Amino acid sequence: MEAYRPPTERTRFAVAGARANVAAVLGSQPRGDVIRNNVFAGLLGLAVLIALAGLAALLAQAVVEGAPALGTNLITEPPSTIDTANAGFRPALIGSLMMIAFVIVLIVPLGVGAAIYLEEYADNTRWWNRLIELNIQNLAAVPSIIYGILGLGFIVRGPLDLGFILLAGAITLALLVLPVVIIASREAIRAVPPSIREGSLALGATRWQTTRRQVLPAAIPGVATGVILAVSRAIGETAPLLLVGATVFVTFDPTPLGANGYSALPVQIFQYATRPQEEFQTMAAAGIVLMLVVLLAMNSGAIWLRNRYEQKW
Amino acid sequence: MISPKRLPILGVGIALALGMAACGSDDDAATGSEGSSGGDGASGVSGNIRVDGSSTVAPLTEAAAELFQQENPDVQVTVGTSGTGGGFEKFCAGETDISDASRPIDDAEEVPVCKQNGVKYEEVVVANDALTVVGNPENPVTCLTVDQLNQVWGPDSQLSSWSEITDLDAEFDEELQLFGPGTDSGTFDYFTDAVNGEEGVQRKDYNNVGEDDNATVTGVAGAPGGMGYFGYSFFEENTDTLKAFEIDGGDGCVAPSVEAVQDGSYTPLGRELFIYPSEEALQNEAVREFVSFYIENQEEITSATGFIPMTEEQVTKSHETVDSLAGG
Repeated sequence: MEAYRPPTERTRFAVAGARANVAAVLGSQPRGDVIRNNVFAGLLGLAVLIALAGLAALLAQAVVEGAPALGTNLITEPPSTIDTANAGFRPALIGSLMMIAFVIVLIVPLGVGAAIYLEEYADNTRWWNRLIELNIQNLAAVPSIIYGILGLGFIVRGPLDLGFILLAGAITLALLVLPVVIIASREAIRAVPPSIREGSLALGATRWQTTRRQVLPAAIPGVATGVILAVSRAIGETAPLLLVGATVFVTFDPTPLGANGYSALPVQIFQYATRPQEEFQTMAAAGIVLMLVVLLAMNSGAIWLRNRYEQKW
Repeated sequence: MISPKRLPILGVGIALALGMAACGSDDDAATGSEGSSGGDGASGVSGNIRVDGSSTVAPLTEAAAELFQQENPDVQVTVGTSGTGGGFEKFCAGETDISDASRPIDDAEEVPVCKQNGVKYEEVVVANDALTVVGNPENPVTCLTVDQLNQVWGPDSQLSSWSEITDLDAEFDEELQLFGPGTDSGTFDYFTDAVNGEEGVQRKDYNNVGEDDNATVTGVAGAPGGMGYFGYSFFEENTDTLKAFEIDGGDGCVAPSVEAVQDGSYTPLGRELFIYPSEEALQNEAVREFVSFYIENQEEITSATGFIPMTEEQVTKSHETVDSLAGG
């Protein structure tokens, strides 16, 4: 199986030579085609530019506005209403990191497990399997506040009755992003060439051995991408957390089961942005920068892991 | 092909890499000593106090909690911002100790729930606020009567221009652009009650800024015919880009100010802000001390957060309310 590889110097040279030969024999390309080619390339470039410009503008605004508050106190100090100059996001940051850790622990086995079942075991000619599939896709598009209501009714109160604790927030976020992981993992598993499976099965491996030793290792980069997307979404969610008890003013480090409450970065940023005093709005901007740094650090780590396990056939 | 033996490493690797980092830092976290008063800390009281409710009152409670924790480091106070209604919902379910409120508890919908769950409480005033009606500095109008506000904000109002408001004290012909808080807000409830005579009733075609009153600041500052309302602290922070209308509640035009609110002349938009401690929570020494501290230090707390302090009379009454609830 020959996978696509980026062109090397050698192939580039060969392509250029072939194009020159064709042009020499048949004459250069019609003018219209050349223009269309350039216009298309220009449009693609513009699309990239707009996406990047949006990100750059957001970053620049947050950095400029938050500049006066940027400093180590952001991660070492608790929030403060009296002494805003030395206030920070410590409890919220720890709350967010802990929640993300729990989210990952929950979504990786559940999401990958569900994906393996749907791709490798489920018979998708059966209507119930197709129904499950359809529902997972729909769940990925459900607004996050709905998951917040679910979390409040079933996890914080109701059947699980965990109370307003950090773990309840983490479970709610995990449910919210689980469909993304399942869908991405399924795509990754589906992209593993059937010849790999067939070869493994032909050599006498069981279906589980094939999945475990051949399919899963090959699917890891795709799964990792899904987890990265899911975690990035989870860390920025505010609405469901407000419902399941994340508060704004917490001056101590939260614990997973501590009944005294917890906070999360986006919740505190959101609250600070709506305060009248300018110091709080500066703090909110600094909080955005902090959250971006956390997000980038996490994603870089995940991408490093992904590249390390990248497959080549 | 990757060695199969490495796979489990990766499986948990991604998951735990961050888990370690996060959990490592909570080693020194205090584990909650649920409501116990037998703390061995130097400063006496210890325990947890859970506060939730109005996002308007939250900064006051945060300031109070911060000052209180400086003296009582073993007490952990958390303050949430579910809104006045959301706060009462949790409070009446027995999930919080104190509820912040920018309007009194609702007799029809909230009181029965509290009663049913056996949650007893009292209303304690902690600060004053002036609901401030603001306009663009270009606007020549200086004073608005309650009737004029009702013409603009009433549920059946069709007004689209300042010139359609009757008996204005200046000629102004600009398109009305209205900004106001969302319907979950206690500020919305109070304003509609005072201006339209019924809580929660207001024209629907205004710019609903939800909980973000800064959007009203930006909106009104950018529109010559803009009008909006919010708590006094939002006006105080933006006096350079906004003007506050004087309000005529029947006894002449009065501008929002500390004095006007305290002497009661800024009617009907001067309002009190409340906390609702539950009787059960007040049995905990930490909560009792915290509430007393809140009332005693109200001058410092209100000035740090841009609210209007209570009068002597209000302070005395709040103390009495707490004492009777704690004792009963």
